Amino acid sequence: MTVAATPAPSPATTGGQSGVRLARSRRNAELSLLLLAMVLVAAYGATVEANLLDTVTPDFWMPAAALGAVFLGLHLVIRFLAPFADPALLPAVALLNGLGVGFLRRIDLGEAPVADRESLAVFAGIGGRQLAWTLASVILAAGLLAIMRDHRSVSRYAYTLGLAGIVLVMLPAVLPSSISEINGAKLWIRVGGFSIQPGEFAKLALLVFFAYYLVRKREVLSLASRRLLGIDFPRGRDLGPVVVVWLISLLVLVFEKDLGTSLLYFGMFVVTLYIATERVSWLLIGLVLFFGGAYLAYVLGSTVGGPFANFYLRAEIWLDPFADPTDKGYQLVQGLLALGTGGLFGAGPGGGQPEILPEVQNDFIFAGIGEEIGLFGLSALLVVYLLIVERGLRAALAVRDSFGKLLAGGLAFTLGLQVFVIVGGISKLIPLTGQTTPFLSAGGSSLMANWLLIAVLLRVSDGARRPVTGGGGKAARPAGGPPEQLHGAPTEVIKP
Amino acid sequence: MPELVITVARFGFLILLWIFVFTVVGVIRRDLFAGARSGRLVAAPRAVGASTGQAAKPAKVKRGRAAHQLVVTAGQLAGTRITLGEAQITIGRAEDSTLVITDDYASARHARLVPRDGQWFVEDLGSTNGTYLDRAKVTGPTPVPLGVPIRIGRTSLELRP
Repeated sequence: MTVAATPAPSPATTGGQSGVRLARSRRNAELSLLLLAMVLVAAYGATVEANLLDTVTPDFWMPAAALGAVFLGLHLVIRFLAPFADPALLPAVALLNGLGVGFLRRIDLGEAPVADRESLAVFAGIGGRQLAWTLASVILAAGLLAIMRDHRSVSRYAYTLGLAGIVLVMLPAVLPSSISEINGAKLWIRVGGFSIQPGEFAKLALLVFFAYYLVRKREVLSLASRRLLGIDFPRGRDLGPVVVVWLISLLVLVFEKDLGTSLLYFGMFVVTLYIATERVSWLLIGLVLFFGGAYLAYVLGSTVGGPFANFYLRAEIWLDPFADPTDKGYQLVQGLLALGTGGLFGAGPGGGQPEILPEVQNDFIFAGIGEEIGLFGLSALLVVYLLIVERGLRAALAVRDSFGKLLAGGLAFTLGLQVFVIVGGISKLIPLTGQTTPFLSAGGSSLMANWLLIAVLLRVSDGARRPVTGGGGKAARPAGGPPEQLHGAPTEVIKP
Repeated sequence: MPELVITVARFGFLILLWIFVFTVVGVIRRDLFAGARSGRLVAAPRAVGASTGQAAKPAKVKRGRAAHQLVVTAGQLAGTRITLGEAQITIGRAEDSTLVITDDYASARHARLVPRDGQWFVEDLGSTNGTYLDRAKVTGPTPVPLGVPIRIGRTSLELRP
C-alpha cells in the first residue's frame, strides 16, 4: 500500500533535466488556437453570406482556408525557428486579421450587384486585395524570423534604422501634396496606382533606435535629478532627446496634418523612456508637453490657420460633431450612429449597412464591424488586442537583456496606443485622426508593418522563454547569443 | 434562409468569439501556473519524503522554509525568477554568469550564491562596489534568510520559498 500511496515521481524529477521539460514550447496549444481562430473566420464568412445572399455558397470557406494555410506556414516557421515563442500571439493576431479580411469581403459583397454576389472571386475587391496583402505580410514576417535569429542582433543597426526612420517620417512631409496627400493628411507616397504609408514602417525603425539609445543613456537620465513635490525631475540638459522627439512629432503634426501619428511617435518615445528609467516624471513631462503642444496647435489653428487649420477643424468636429452633421461631422456622426444601431449584440454579420460610413474599410472599420457584432463582439475584439499587448509586455518582463525589454515593451505599447488612438477617435473620446486599426483596416503598409512588429515580439518572447541551459530543443543556439555557461551552473530560468 | 438559422448563426458567432478569448486566456493562465508548478516539481522530494518517512534529505533546515526561487525585485531585471537547484548561482555583468545583470555598479563577477546543506550562502567575489545583505556588507560567505534583499548595485534579489 505504501508503494501505491507514494506519488510516482514525475518524469521531470527523475530525468534530472527539468529545465527541458519545464520550458515547454506550447506549440501545440498555438496550433489548436490557430485552428479555432480559422473556424471563427469561416463561421463569420458563412453568417455574412447567409445574411446577404440568403444562402451559403459552397465556397464560403475559401478565404478562411487561404488564410489558414498561410498562418499554418508561419506556425511551422515558428515551430522550427522560434520554438519557445509565445503561443497566444499568433492565433490572436490571426483572428483579427481574418475577421478584417472577412469584413472587407462583406463590404465587397454588399456593394456588388445582387446577381454577381454569389460568384464573387476570393481575390476580388478590397477583401481580396487585403487577403493578398496578408499573404505577403505573413511571408515577410516569416522571413524576418528567419533572418533575425536573436533580437539583440538588430541593435547593431540601431543608428542606421534611426536615420531610416526619420527619413521615412519626413519623406511625405517634404514631397509635394499631389504625391503625398490623401484626405487632408500628408502621410503617403503614391507611385502609380500604389500608395504606401512610410510612417508605419518608420515606427518600427525608430523604436529600435529609441531602445538602443536609451539602453546606453539610461543611467544619466535616471540618476541625475532634482526633487520637486516628491517627484524626481531630470536636469534641464538631460531633457535634450525628449525635446527633440517632441519637436519632430510636432513637425509631423503641422506638416503631415496628422495628430494620431504624432501622438504615436511621441507616446512611443516617452513610454520607452519611462520603461528605461522607471521614473514617473518622464510620463508627466511627456503628457504636459503633448497636451501643451496640441492646445497650442488648436489655438494657432483658430487664429492663424495655415498648417494648423486641419487640426483645428478636427478638434472642432470632435467637440461638437452634431453642429454640422451632414458635411464636416458626417463621418463621425455616422460612425456613432452605426455603433448605436449595433447596440449590445449588433445586427448580425452582414445585417448592417456599413456602406453608408465613409472610409469604412479603413479608419472606420471598427464602427462598421461594431454595427454588426455589437458591443458584445467589439469588447471581445478589444480583449484580443489587450491580450496581444499583454503578451508583448510579458515578453518584455521576462527577457533577460535590457535592449529586448525596451524593444518588446515599446512595441507592445505602441500597438496598444494605436488601437486607443483610432478606437478613441471613432467613439469620440479624442479627436479623430487617420490611424489604421492594426490588422483590421484595409491597407498593405499597415498590415505589413504590424506583422513585422509581431515577428519581432515573437522573436523576443522566444528569447525570453528559452531555457538558459539544458538545450533549446532542436533549434540551434542563436548566433551572437551569450556563450555557453563556463561555470557549469545548470540552473534554468523560468518566467513568472 | 429561415430567420431562425440566421439568428442562431449571429449569436453563435458572438459566443464562439468569446470562447476563443477565454481559450486564449486559458492558455496564458496555464503558462502562468507552469512557473508555480515547476517550483513544486523541483521540490518534489518534499512530498515523497513526507509520505515514506525517509529522512534521507541532506538538509535539516526546516522543511517548507527552504528557498526554491531567486527573484529579482528591483533593478533592470526586476521580475526575473530563477529556480534554485543544487548548483551555485553566479551574478555579475559577465555574459557567462547565471544571472547577467546590466547594472553599472556591478562587477563582471560580482557575487555568487552557494547552497550548503539546504541553506544558501552569499559570497562576494571581490567586487568593486560590494554586495549587501539587507544593510550589512557581505565580507565572507553569509547565510541568506528568505525574503531578505541581497543588494548589488541598484539590483535587489530575494530568496523565496
